[in-house]
Amino acid sequence: MEFLVASAIGVMAAAGIYLVLRARTYPVVLGLALLTYATNAFIFVSGRLAINAPPIIRDGVTVYTDPLPQALVLTAIVISFGMTAVIVVLSLRSYLESDSDQVDGKPEEIHNENIESIPDGSQGKTTP
Amino acid sequence: MSHWIIFPILLPALMAPILLMSARFDMVLARIFSLATCVALLGVAIRLLVAASDGAVLTYDLGNWPAPFGIVLVLDRLSALMLVLTAVLALLVLLFAIDGDDARGRHFHALYQFQLMGINGAFLTGDFFNLFVFFEVLLIASYGLMVHGGGTNRLKAGVQYVIINLVGSSLFLIAVSMIYSVTGTLNMADLARKVPQVAAGDQALLQMGALLLLLVFSIKAAMVPVHFWLPGTYARAPAPVAALFAIMTKVGAYCIIRLYILAFGADAGDASWLAAPWLLPAALFTLTMGALGVLAARHLGQLAAFAVIASMGVLLATVALFTPASLAAALYYLLHSTLAGATLFLITDLVASRRPGHADALSVAPRFSHLALLAGAFFIAAIAMSGMPPLSGFIGKLLILDAARSHPTAIGFWAMILGTSLLIIIGFGRAGSTLFWKSTGEPDSFPDMPRRNTLSWVSIFALLACTVLLTLFAGPLTRYLDATAAQVFDTGRYTDAVLLPLPQFLDGAEPP
Repeated sequence: MEFLVASAIGVMAAAGIYLVLRARTYPVVLGLALLTYATNAFIFVSGRLAINAPPIIRDGVTVYTDPLPQALVLTAIVISFGMTAVIVVLSLRSYLESDSDQVDGKPEEIHNENIESIPDGSQGKTTP
Repeated sequence: MSHWIIFPILLPALMAPILLMSARFDMVLARIFSLATCVALLGVAIRLLVAASDGAVLTYDLGNWPAPFGIVLVLDRLSALMLVLTAVLALLVLLFAIDGDDARGRHFHALYQFQLMGINGAFLTGDFFNLFVFFEVLLIASYGLMVHGGGTNRLKAGVQYVIINLVGSSLFLIAVSMIYSVTGTLNMADLARKVPQVAAGDQALLQMGALLLLLVFSIKAAMVPVHFWLPGTYARAPAPVAALFAIMTKVGAYCIIRLYILAFGADAGDASWLAAPWLLPAALFTLTMGALGVLAARHLGQLAAFAVIASMGVLLATVALFTPASLAAALYYLLHSTLAGATLFLITDLVASRRPGHADALSVAPRFSHLALLAGAFFIAAIAMSGMPPLSGFIGKLLILDAARSHPTAIGFWAMILGTSLLIIIGFGRAGSTLFWKSTGEPDSFPDMPRRNTLSWVSIFALLACTVLLTLFAGPLTRYLDATAAQVFDTGRYTDAVLLPLPQFLDGAEPP
């Protein structure tokens, strides 16, 4: 089980880092979300993996799981959820203002060979 | 007494929602409330500084849970000093913001108070998961402040700033859980006791976590190679926000000073002085990059941003020597560089607003109003920032050079500090002569400013006066800072003060 959990966290973190390094904001936002998932899972297992063990003291039980990482991960989930919302809104606003969804904001690089697949920025500006 | 410790967090935390709900449509009311809070914060901070000045380490158990189980706030000389610095900077920068910048977008004052709450919390907390939470509080407020007023360039810089900080937050959590998985504690004082007992097999995990945490603090402190966010962010943020952000890099420096002396310092066994071999070269590299950036800058805002990077390099290189004398010198330089850096951003804004079409570009342009006054202010700020006599930058660098004298790398260290100072002086000299001196010879002039900006001038000259005061009272101040540095290095006293109230019968029942 340790191998499964560790490799799942590793794959998620790797995919997240790859996406964060992309040039457009949408993959970057997805990458940040994946990275926070990997982080949350990592926090959760930092209290060690224990199956069928209660986190709170009970009579007649000798094996416990660590409750603290479960509390920490709740805080981390709430914060990362809020932060993801902020970055979505901010990148959307930046896209609408500059007609460019490049993270470094160079508008001319949008007009590459597959120009058909890119929505027209001026329409996006008037719709909302 | 004890309840005073939580006031620097509680006061802005209560005022921000009030500003958000009651004063959102009334700018005058919002300004009065915000200003009153900042004055009160300064009062509380000075009260705490007096309380901490006798060398006691005061603690405040949140919810009255004893230290390793509950979250604890810790007030010692260092955190009290940082609180006073934050309060002084916040008050003076707010004066500048009230002069019109706060009306360019919504909720400026509420975000400003949330930002102060996060910064004060980061300086006070004695628990490093709580430190993460306060980092997030100050960051999420800074995201809002950063894009205050809008504009394409600002939003783009804002997106980059948020992305790099979200990655930083993930790294922070990974580092915290790595350290927790080995030591089973989140309390800094408890960590200091547990680090020497970590088994040899777990050392790799512990040191990896601690170094990842150093990377996170380096992102906050804008150390090379993770400094890329700073020039774009600071140069494009609204001027009062950039000036307030001058304290944010110092939050990173404060955390490095606190954690790597307390928990990974002299008593840490295999992990002792973990940060030193990484911090010193990175900081000297930061200094070089900052000085070259000052030389290469084409806008005054960029110049100020790179001067801040260079000052962080000086500060962290001095911290990286990890001696009480060097820490005292670094703290003096920290006070000075925060105030001088903030002043430069405010001056930049006044220059830019007076030169339509040229803004803050380092170009010869027609004469603009208040040229002589602005040139004078820039001259004083540049002298302070580049470390020339007679102002506090010179004293700071003198203290730093003196503190480094007995260090094995002293010659290289001296050469780096003095060489980069020369580059920074040249950069500032070139910028000042282009902007002010050459512009006086131009036949035309820009139209006079319709607004008088009285409060902006008050703010700028009050910040410059603080620099002068740092110079005049350098003697008593360095005595206080020597005591501060000695207290930071006296880690046993810190851990005893935080952990002593623990009843004996709980000793065997700590969480796994």
